[in-house]
Amino acid sequence: MTLQGSPTADGPGLLTEQQARRLADQVLALVAEVDDARVNIVSEWTGNTRFADSSISTSGGMTNTTVAIWVTIGRRRASASTNVLEDASLKRTVELAATLAKLSPEDPELMPELGPQTVRETNAYVQRTALLDPEMRSGAVNRAIESASAAGRSAGSIFTAGYLEANARATAVATRRGLFAYHRSTDADLSVTARTPDGTGSGWATGGARDWGQVDPASIGRIAAQKAVASRNPRTIEPGLYTAVLEPSAVTDLVPLLAGALNARSADEGRSPCSKPGGGTRVGEKVMDERVTLYSDPSDPQLLGQPFDSEGLPLGRTVWVENGILRNLAYSRFWAQIQGRQPTGPAFAGGMALAGGTKSTEEVIAGCTRGILVTHFFYIRSLDQRTVLQTGLTRDGTFLIENGKVTRALKNFRWNESPLLMLNRLEEIGRPVLTTAGRLLPALRVREFNFSSLSDAV
Amino acid sequence: MSPTRRDFIKSTAAAAASVAAYGHLALDLGAQTLPAPAADTAALDLANLALDAARRAGASYADVRIGRYRRQSIATRERQVSGVSDNESYGLGVRTLVDGSWGFAATSTMTRESVQRAATDAAAMSRAARIVRKHRVELAPAKAVTGTWITPVRRDPVDVPLEEKVALLLAANEAAIKVPTVRFASSSLSLLREVKTLVTSEGTNVTQTMIRVGPSFQATAIGAGGEFQIYEHEIAPRGSGWEYIESVDMRGNAERWAALAAEKVSAKSVEPGQYDLILDPTNLWLTIHESIGHSTELDRAIGEEANYAGTSFVAPPEKMIGQLRFGPAFMNIRADRTQEGSLARVAWDDEGVPADDWLVVEKGLFKDYQTTREQVARIQKLTSVSRSHGCSFAESWNRVQFQRMPNISLMPGERDLTLDDIVAATDRGIVVKNRGSWSIDHQRFNFQFSGQAFYEVRGGKIVGMLKDVAYQSSTPVFWNSMDMIGGPSSYWVGGSFSDGKGEPAQVSSVSHGCVPSRFKNVTILNTRRTS
Repeated sequence: MTLQGSPTADGPGLLTEQQARRLADQVLALVAEVDDARVNIVSEWTGNTRFADSSISTSGGMTNTTVAIWVTIGRRRASASTNVLEDASLKRTVELAATLAKLSPEDPELMPELGPQTVRETNAYVQRTALLDPEMRSGAVNRAIESASAAGRSAGSIFTAGYLEANARATAVATRRGLFAYHRSTDADLSVTARTPDGTGSGWATGGARDWGQVDPASIGRIAAQKAVASRNPRTIEPGLYTAVLEPSAVTDLVPLLAGALNARSADEGRSPCSKPGGGTRVGEKVMDERVTLYSDPSDPQLLGQPFDSEGLPLGRTVWVENGILRNLAYSRFWAQIQGRQPTGPAFAGGMALAGGTKSTEEVIAGCTRGILVTHFFYIRSLDQRTVLQTGLTRDGTFLIENGKVTRALKNFRWNESPLLMLNRLEEIGRPVLTTAGRLLPALRVREFNFSSLSDAV
Repeated sequence: MSPTRRDFIKSTAAAAASVAAYGHLALDLGAQTLPAPAADTAALDLANLALDAARRAGASYADVRIGRYRRQSIATRERQVSGVSDNESYGLGVRTLVDGSWGFAATSTMTRESVQRAATDAAAMSRAARIVRKHRVELAPAKAVTGTWITPVRRDPVDVPLEEKVALLLAANEAAIKVPTVRFASSSLSLLREVKTLVTSEGTNVTQTMIRVGPSFQATAIGAGGEFQIYEHEIAPRGSGWEYIESVDMRGNAERWAALAAEKVSAKSVEPGQYDLILDPTNLWLTIHESIGHSTELDRAIGEEANYAGTSFVAPPEKMIGQLRFGPAFMNIRADRTQEGSLARVAWDDEGVPADDWLVVEKGLFKDYQTTREQVARIQKLTSVSRSHGCSFAESWNRVQFQRMPNISLMPGERDLTLDDIVAATDRGIVVKNRGSWSIDHQRFNFQFSGQAFYEVRGGKIVGMLKDVAYQSSTPVFWNSMDMIGGPSSYWVGGSFSDGKGEPAQVSSVSHGCVPSRFKNVTILNTRRTS
């Protein structure tokens, strides 16, 4: 039985819906004397090309199909998975899951597996992304490098490093209660770092989408090199509170970190910034600037997320924050039942978008009298769950803005800031752009961003 | 024993002490360790088929790795199991060198056709890479090796009955939630068994079984007024068997650990400023990992990680080797893939190079980087080292191997000082224990680390617990401010079960041994008042 497809002219050989259903049925048929069972299948292909110092350093391809089985006996549940799809191995894995389930203590929070659901399919699979072969990837990398070299010529011989990855994935969920859901998606990202030969300038740019055709390697290389050249010989300014213009990539680094804060259970249990002092949650209260609307929606044509979660729960549109008011928290099926709410699946599982503004990043900069422009962030770590306070560094292009114009390069900073508190100090929201598949975020201009110390890193 | 190890022993008076220090990492296993399994013959046939296909497709060098990974995790909270999973992953990856360019392809379909196709796909990737090539890959020589090896363990943790694992974790949680105000407790075990066969076109054929265990424990206390504090105990992950988990005694210690969460609620919030900082090994290991471990990776120094993890301030090599003053003369940093019980221990790396140990920093001066075979030529003239240090590693059969960190450790000082001795010698300071939040820039200069338990030192005594503490510094300044270190009896080995690097991102496991150390006048932030 051929369960793993082979790459062909029209695709990387992912399991089709029919093959996935057959595999799920085969696994579910092996399950005996249990009360509930679920199968999760992931069939994936990835092709990648990595480069540094204008040379491809590694190029790789991988195909894999993994089957995970969840078995429930009474109120006991456990899972086991394998990527060895022979009958004997599948049988062993099913038996292992059953053994693990029997040995697990009863889970008072266990929810029965789902029966048939109505899922709104989204078209997240783009053939040309799935067909990005090694020659095409090398060609794209070459265009990015040549474009960076040309754009950075004034600074000498520009050093470039970067990474191109294309993925195609089919996921399926099936339960013994008759649920079956299948989804295919693709995504591709290219990022380029350019460094000047004097070692004082570094720039970075990225592009990502479900459709490789929306990614422009030459433009990414050019922007990275322009930022590298402009960021040479950075000036030191005192750390402190400054107005910051965060490019969409920097916003993509920070705002998704709100996911944990949106967990309903933590909020109800008094462990979250969305907890109300004295009990309850802050749903219905203003928690951010009134221009902020934050939502997830796998059907949104610009997000195109997977329309169901790992349990097969359909994911629809969830508005987390509307005009600054906290509207929804993320409810697991168990917690939703306890609280009498609708389950939402995990926060941002159906993609995330921050709506609000219409201005381009350049216009957001133009409205700034004095501030700091941030290309992107690095090494972000949580400092305090109660305020969603994070620390991290700026990287690859940090500039001073004076009277609406970028005037000079600045040394990088360490910062300590909370995306939650920051969204209360907004001066301007730009037009949302797709920064990577499933992330639609704008540039932001934020008052009193806390740049706390200097970093010598270039 | 390698020359570098001999040099070290000759050059430091702490030699005898350091050897003794390694002793207490190892558990006394006696002769009861498990035997090393040999390669599966059917899998070896497939590996050889793939090698032949790679040669026919034009590869001047090729290696084939077959990996079977069993990852088990058990997570609990309070009185229940919040997750049990057992994952098996099996497959084959082929790496080819055609005309000086690498290619790599991997498949989970273990058939003759599929593995041969992977080999020809890898060679096609090598050829496609040639159009974007400035440097040809040249491999340092390595002798062909054959053999088998297994992490010395008495009980394979994956095979320990689940009831036993769950009972241990639930008992720890139960002990924790007995502490007044401790409302939540969670604990977990991450267990890995990795069976890896490497066959190369140069004749190497080795099969290794690596076993690693990673326990965790966390308690949350909620005080009056809703303030909550989390305390996570630093239980080092190890390349060890179930006997190590038992030796940690989570059940017996949980109440004491949980009491620290409760104590933290009413601890004094730190006054920001400059303090003498005393780092316990449970905290310092991570600072070593981030500021020394990553900065001395040669791939970072030459820009290969520039787009992701970053570069390094320890660059360019010609201006650093033998010249960069990393810290005081009593600072010796040892790299090592032979250390018993450590996470990065192997017999051979993922290029078949025998495990090595060498000094990265000797008497405070930077001496050598971490290398793989293709990196040796970059610095050979500077170091006179002609072999790879054996730092090649891939997290799975489906990822290409590249340079990863060996165990990197701060060697004990000559005098056998303890944490208490350092506290007694400190007028105004802060002691930091266990890993908290950590962040460091992309050249490994500016870092900010926190911890789990903090203590104020006044006049040579601990006067109380603090909270909301983070320390911030720059690597060269920080290590040069070190003025006291502990001795052999205070040596402790921590580690990271999952350290990320590379694109596509790969995780590795690595240990760091160290002793309590003091750093003068370090900037302390209050993480509560920072925003």
